[in-house]
Amino acid sequence: MPLPRAIRQLMHRRIVLVAAGVLGVIAVLALAAPWVTAFDPHDTAVLQRLKSPTAEHLLGTDELGRDLFSRIVFGARYSLAIAAFTALGAVVCGTALGLAAGFFRRLDAPLMRVVDAMMSLPDILLAIALVAILGPSLANVVLALVLVYTPRVARVVRASTLVLRELLFIEAVRALGVRTSRILWRHILPHLMSPILVQLSFIFAYAILAEAGLSFLGVGVSPDTPTWGTMVAGSQPYAHQAFWVVLFPGLAIIFTALSLQLLGDGVRDLLDPKLKKVG
Amino acid sequence: MSLPRLTVRNLSTSFPTEDGLVRSVADVSFTIAPGKTTALVGESGSGKSVTSLTLMRLLPKTAQAQVSGEAAFVTREGRTVDLLQLHEASMRRLRGNQVSMIFQEPMTSLNPVLTIGEQIAEGVRLHLGLGRAAALAHARRMLDLVEIPAAAQRVHEYPHQLSGGMRQRVMIALAMACEPTLLIADEPTTALDVTIQAQILALMRRLQAETGMSLLFITHNLGVVAHHADDVVVLYAGRVVESAPVRDLFAEPWHPYTQGLLACLPGQARRAGQPKPRRLFAIRGQVSSPLSPPPGCAFEPRCNHAEAACRGAMPALVPAPAPAGNERQARCVRAVAKLQQAALARGVAPRAKPAVWSAKVPR
Repeated sequence: MPLPRAIRQLMHRRIVLVAAGVLGVIAVLALAAPWVTAFDPHDTAVLQRLKSPTAEHLLGTDELGRDLFSRIVFGARYSLAIAAFTALGAVVCGTALGLAAGFFRRLDAPLMRVVDAMMSLPDILLAIALVAILGPSLANVVLALVLVYTPRVARVVRASTLVLRELLFIEAVRALGVRTSRILWRHILPHLMSPILVQLSFIFAYAILAEAGLSFLGVGVSPDTPTWGTMVAGSQPYAHQAFWVVLFPGLAIIFTALSLQLLGDGVRDLLDPKLKKVG
Repeated sequence: MSLPRLTVRNLSTSFPTEDGLVRSVADVSFTIAPGKTTALVGESGSGKSVTSLTLMRLLPKTAQAQVSGEAAFVTREGRTVDLLQLHEASMRRLRGNQVSMIFQEPMTSLNPVLTIGEQIAEGVRLHLGLGRAAALAHARRMLDLVEIPAAAQRVHEYPHQLSGGMRQRVMIALAMACEPTLLIADEPTTALDVTIQAQILALMRRLQAETGMSLLFITHNLGVVAHHADDVVVLYAGRVVESAPVRDLFAEPWHPYTQGLLACLPGQARRAGQPKPRRLFAIRGQVSSPLSPPPGCAFEPRCNHAEAACRGAMPALVPAPAPAGNERQARCVRAVAKLQQAALARGVAPRAKPAVWSAKVPR
């Protein structure tokens, strides 16, 4: 299997290794949330409000006395899940659209005009509009973000498909009597894996930021759900008294998004032979 | 003589372009007998590849090709089908199964992300309905057949691990995997170096002898034609200018274009009865634009023997008065006169020296 070797190569660069480590820690914490936290993220304790970090409350408490560490760890579950489903959804839909547009020339113009129209709107504005129409809920935030990011994937996949469909080996398998659906699935899709993987990691990062942005603006998930965005949004009026209430969720967002971007860069460099260093 | 495997009649393929309709292939007819090789010869742009892609029905839809004519193919089951009219699904069942194709570029005709075993197995599973393991075993046998050493190991390798000659062998294995009765080879050796060319050609010849398949051999290499073809069809600007059994054609080319092609061979420069090699012969000028073909014979602007009669109208393809089953045709006004001469001279006078050997070498 070539996979372990690819991972070894990926980890060769220290910065990618660090990024992967940060993501790994966050993911483990999120999965093990009930066991690594001492407090329920929803338990309020008014007397303990806005306490600075102590041994008991590692990252302090927020304006309702909720333990910030617990909320960040549980928040990671929501934030990462939203981002993961968004990235997966956008990649699946975008790949299907891009393949169709790139391979069947008849569909190209109509599909890509819709994609262009969607891409002409700022991401976050489009997402706000979509959530406003659909109504704020976890699923609708994911749906809105999928719709926002699908065109990006579609463009990239279409561009690669346009190149691939003209290659001689596609004509050669056609000469073998292979049907179109199989050509798409077995002969074109595997070649699209590298741009798709890169898009996946980038959209994952964008989606974390976008979810935080939506929640901060109050159009995302309901405020009592502890995502990183809602935490920053909810605590923001108290930032001048207790900076940690916005600092730590903000750092969580930054580190996760940054690590994902770095990992995405690493994957892109690994998969693009043109960027590969000699020797 | 049994029924021809493939009978192409009046095949025409045109492409609409912004500047008008381009007739890439016009009124082309030829036959291929079972187990025989017909070579399609011509220079770049003469319609060789378009002919093969038309027969395979592999022209891209976006080209909006307008195809007319008939291509009667006798299937393994003995039915005669028209390749140009067949339903797409039935055509797909024929492709790779009964009619296969080898492309010019072995370097790019294989999918780089699949092992060669998987690629050979794909067609086998599709057409012969074998399971995964059986298809892979068949792939290994095919690699053995095309003389790839260590087939058991190679079958799991990727195309980039093979050399160009190896890849062309794989392409042949791929095309032959379902034992087609007709193989279309579109310049299969052009991208290979000369020593490998000979090996590949010998291999194809051996496989043809073993399986009895018919071969449509598309090439511009007359040396290859002389060695491997049974019948030759010479195309110029999309039309057949001469067709003949290989011996007759090389012994006495009738059409000035064919004469020119033969004179272009390096060996011919020496053969003109002179002690030291002369300059290589070249046919002067260029192929006329398909958008504004000359009114008469397409070759007339480049022909050293052009007469007034050549400029009037496109000459017809004139068949020879078939003595001893010689099926010859040429599209030249001078050929008509020549035919009468030949008929008179046959068996009496020694064979006239083909005109081209005394032709002036253009500076």
